[in-house]
Amino acid sequence: MNHQHEPLIKLDKVNLHFGRNHVLQDITTELHKGCITTLIGPNGAGKTTLVRVILGLIKPSSGSIWQEDNLRIGYMPQKLQIDQTFPLTVERFLQTAQTANKETMIATLTDVGAESLFKQSIHNLSGGEMQRILLARALLRNPHLLVLDEPVQGVDINGQLELYNLISRIRDERGCGVLMISHDLHLVMASTDHVICINHHVCCSGHPEHVTNDPSFTELFGIKGSEQLAVYSHHHNHRHDEHGDVIPDPACDHSHNCNHDQGSPHA
Amino acid sequence: MPDFLLFALLGGLGVATVAGPLGSFVVWRRMAYFGDTLAHSALLGIAIGFLLDINLNLAVIFCCVGLALVLVTLQRQRMVATDTLLGIMAHSALSLGLVAVALLEIRVDLMSYLFGDLLAVSQLDLFWIYGGGVGVLVLLKLLWQPLLAITINEELAHVEGVNVPITRLILMLLIAIVIAIAMKIVGLLLITSLLIIPAASARRFATTPEQMAIGAAIVGCLSVMGGLTLSWHFDTPAGPSVVVAALGIFITLYALPAKQQQ
Repeated sequence: MNHQHEPLIKLDKVNLHFGRNHVLQDITTELHKGCITTLIGPNGAGKTTLVRVILGLIKPSSGSIWQEDNLRIGYMPQKLQIDQTFPLTVERFLQTAQTANKETMIATLTDVGAESLFKQSIHNLSGGEMQRILLARALLRNPHLLVLDEPVQGVDINGQLELYNLISRIRDERGCGVLMISHDLHLVMASTDHVICINHHVCCSGHPEHVTNDPSFTELFGIKGSEQLAVYSHHHNHRHDEHGDVIPDPACDHSHNCNHDQGSPHA
Repeated sequence: MPDFLLFALLGGLGVATVAGPLGSFVVWRRMAYFGDTLAHSALLGIAIGFLLDINLNLAVIFCCVGLALVLVTLQRQRMVATDTLLGIMAHSALSLGLVAVALLEIRVDLMSYLFGDLLAVSQLDLFWIYGGGVGVLVLLKLLWQPLLAITINEELAHVEGVNVPITRLILMLLIAIVIAIAMKIVGLLLITSLLIIPAASARRFATTPEQMAIGAAIVGCLSVMGGLTLSWHFDTPAGPSVVVAALGIFITLYALPAKQQQ
């Protein structure tokens, strides 16, 4: 399994306070080479904040972050607003990532299915096209770790499946690690190796179960969808108060750090 | 051509060449008001220069950079909105400068600092304009990629290994230098126009940042030539004439059919 691959980044008891808000609480996790890790959780759970901490954009209040020497990260932000006054073609935009020759750039664009946009102005792209260009730009850096913040945002459902397939193909071909945020609790791609569910703290993490054979699942999503979607089941043993703090469930001993590694298939 | 006209032309072209690319960054990063605020502090720099008996160009540069640093620090405190802060600083700096000049009883021609005195450009001024200008262009060339990267997105630039605070600081320093050398040409009240009007004009037909930067330099040079011609024939003040010429080019370009506009 991919999990046995070497770690790229290790987080150890990372905490982050914004004023009185304890935004991240004792986050301990690892990201591995060749492994797709998906971060899920409700709105305001700290997913993007955690990614920003991992990227070094925010310094944690406490805890440590280890990363492999010379780790090259390809980052695809949630959205990129480029000022209208800034004249920029797709070609020139890709060049700002890495000095690459034309062939490499076109090959990468072809990889993400956007080769026809090469000469276009960046201001005329649709949401989905922009996502592909951002992905291509991240890939041009030949990253060890690809970090994607809600990569399918603003993309219709067919486009979402396509993009998820693309991401898993990229992982297969390049062997890089992938960390992505998914806003949706239920749509987690089948090829995700590791799911981390956070709500300020790590609620649970583990392997998503492939449930494509489950008849009720197929019924729910249709054949096409069920081949590519998996549901990571959620059996929480605790509830949250309005601050996201854990309210211990008396029936459950919380000291095991809500380990849901054996998450059972959803039926 | 009389010497003073030649000097004026050379000085103006030198400043316009530097102001073009840098003005593009001012437009892209929406720093017009920021540049204006720095320019307003230039008079205070002149007063300080007289007081400490140091070179006035250096005094203006130090004063602009100092103000830029204060601005960045205050911006982080988030006590007031940035545009409010800039408004306070711009007019306070200008007033402080005027008060300081009066208190110190410095005999300066205020009008020439406020609106420029292009026709009084001296050989020494040319030395400053071209020395400073070449320095700015060399730094711009060296830092072009990181500067573009932080203009596209600062977080993306950070992840990709660009030292964002340093790059931003250098951009401010470059703007401060350009303000110091451009003050002679159009005066501190009009400097921002020399930064943004040529850049905004060049945007019309540019499809890459490089085209816009070079285009802005060309439009700036044409404005200087047009302004000087206007000033020569109709005896109008040179600085404002350059700005009027720039405005004319801007309007003409935007009135043209926009076939290539991206």
